[in-house]
Amino acid sequence: MNRMTLDLWVGIFVAIGLAALLFLALKVGNLASASSGETYVLKASFDNIGGLKVRAPVKSAGVVVGRVSNISLDLERYEAVVTMNIGNQYQFPRDTFAKIRTSGLLGEQYIGLAVGGDEQMYKPGDSVKKTESAMVLEDLVGQFLFSKASEGNDKASGN
Amino acid sequence: MLDRVAAVLRGLGSRVTSRLWRLGFASRFIFATLLYSGASFRRLSLTIREIYFSGVLSLIIILVSGLFVGMVLGLQGYDTLQRYGSSEALGILVALSLVRELGPVVAALLFASRAGSAITAEIGLMKATEQLSAMEMMAVNPIARVVAPRFWAGVISMPLLAALFSAMGIFGGYLVGVQLIGIDEGSFWSQMQASVDFREDIVNGVIKSVVFGVIVSWIAVFEGYDSEPTAEGVSGATTRTVVTSSLAILAADFILTALMFRGA
Amino acid sequence: MADESAEKNVLAAGAPLVNISDVSFAYGRRPILTGINMTIPRGKVVAIMGQSGCGKTTTLRLIGGQLKPSQGEVYFDGQPVHTMDAGGLYTMRRRMGMLFQFGALFTDSSVFDNVAFQMREHTDLSEEMIRDLVLLKLNAVGLRGARDLMPSELSGGMARRVALARAIALDPLLMMYDEPFTGLDPLTMGIIGQLIRKLNDALGGSSIIVTHDVQESLQIVDYIYFMADGKVVAEGTPDEIRASDKAYVHQFVWGEMDGPVPFQYPSAPYREQIYGAAHA
Repeated sequence: MNRMTLDLWVGIFVAIGLAALLFLALKVGNLASASSGETYVLKASFDNIGGLKVRAPVKSAGVVVGRVSNISLDLERYEAVVTMNIGNQYQFPRDTFAKIRTSGLLGEQYIGLAVGGDEQMYKPGDSVKKTESAMVLEDLVGQFLFSKASEGNDKASGN
Repeated sequence: MLDRVAAVLRGLGSRVTSRLWRLGFASRFIFATLLYSGASFRRLSLTIREIYFSGVLSLIIILVSGLFVGMVLGLQGYDTLQRYGSSEALGILVALSLVRELGPVVAALLFASRAGSAITAEIGLMKATEQLSAMEMMAVNPIARVVAPRFWAGVISMPLLAALFSAMGIFGGYLVGVQLIGIDEGSFWSQMQASVDFREDIVNGVIKSVVFGVIVSWIAVFEGYDSEPTAEGVSGATTRTVVTSSLAILAADFILTALMFRGA
Repeated sequence: MADESAEKNVLAAGAPLVNISDVSFAYGRRPILTGINMTIPRGKVVAIMGQSGCGKTTTLRLIGGQLKPSQGEVYFDGQPVHTMDAGGLYTMRRRMGMLFQFGALFTDSSVFDNVAFQMREHTDLSEEMIRDLVLLKLNAVGLRGARDLMPSELSGGMARRVALARAIALDPLLMMYDEPFTGLDPLTMGIIGQLIRKLNDALGGSSIIVTHDVQESLQIVDYIYFMADGKVVAEGTPDEIRASDKAYVHQFVWGEMDGPVPFQYPSAPYREQIYGAAHA
């Protein structure tokens, strides 16, 4: 094997290997979207976060604007405190609603930010005041059954 | 009766001590390899030559296997996911299983049987035909000249091969999922990108493949260097390389997975 | 008798290149060598002879420092080999050359690269200089035309000659030959024998030939050590060896079937085994 052809082949091998790594990093992973630019921290307290996990997306109008970086329990008020890293280019008014939503029926849970009309914006480190907890399936089913049952009761008493 | 029990115990004891002795020897051997690695980088042509033999010559088998594994994942994954009405999640399934597990592990298994066995056979034959002794008598350290370049070539090639395997597999999953079955192309990629994390999934996968590269290369060069200098000895060592490194890869994969993806 | 004392004087002249005194060696508990004494004078070709497994090759490895004696001392050019560290051994081996039993050529490089190996590893010579030197060495063994062949394309005798050219690449002070005649036809054997003698005289160093090929080596060597069971049992010039009346040497030199080395592997008496114990 000629030294030159050998070097050429090894060069090709290393180049396409690195290209594959780059493909995995950019096209498959979210390196481009996750680490592009600086972020700031917002916090929000919820009565119940359901199945929300660290690294879950934070979306506003369906666009991913940040990620959940930490979840902890506030031992004074027994509320879940969720820390979010929001991209610096996204600013939110002080009357923004933070809701825990589910993508699809059984999909992963994310935080949806519903924007209000306030002129003042949240500053880094602020806590979002208006929050809405996760909908827990068991509670929903319970409510549904309860309302059905009371409906039945109404009908029964009506007859 | 007592004699027989004693004989069995003695046999067990001698087997354990000989295994331990070999393990100790293998550890000293890898330290010597690392100690004499200078020449592999000062004279890069030595290592480049070995990258050709272990990396470039493994390309075909890695690319073809990756493509097929990805296509099978596409078919099987679709079959399962569409029962829950979430066939768009196929991209996530294919990408995560390849990047986290199948890419590093299957590429390492293929690498062990394609390149690891070749390294063992080559070094074993060099020992059997006294080429290593001759090198020593010519005042050239065979660990620096023969063993270290092959070791480092394996360590360098393995992550590149694993990345190629994963990329090829994802392409195979794309072919089956999007082109053949007709899942929406946009949701295939966007769901994948939304769920595959660079740090947690891709970097961890690369770390795995580097560890596997060290394991396979270490076992391959050690078995070759430690082989009986006969034809039977070399063929036995070649078999041991494939068996031992396959088991070691799977065991290490379990440990690494437990450490990396805990809590995620 | 006058001859013998003259020879002794030659051996005594100047400090010997290699001096082995009272050396023993064992693999684990199995003794290989016991109490060996040898001197290799400068400028001479010395043969170590004996049956397979008598410790000849082990002796070579002790001189090259690949093995350490369990007892006794080995000196090369006045330096103690048995106490050297790895660095010292590698420095010493640059002044030694060794021809292995079947050549031990590097199968993945050409004849040229094989001969150039040590020059590239140990010297800073330019490629043109190396080219000239390699062709010079290959010319000395008559294989200048084979420089682009791979070892797999060489016959046994040619491979041996290339290995010889590789061993003398850095003009060693001491050449060691491990069974250089094994597996060669008589003609090639003669060529290798002549080459060994000629190269020794041209380089002005010493040579040690480990062999069991008596007739071939008696023609080219200056002195012979006979070994059996890890001991030196006889020594002398070729003429003394030929004339020796020691039973072992006589049997070995003349290739007799039975003698001190028995033809039969130890076994029960023949009659007893054939007819059974009752008839004996």
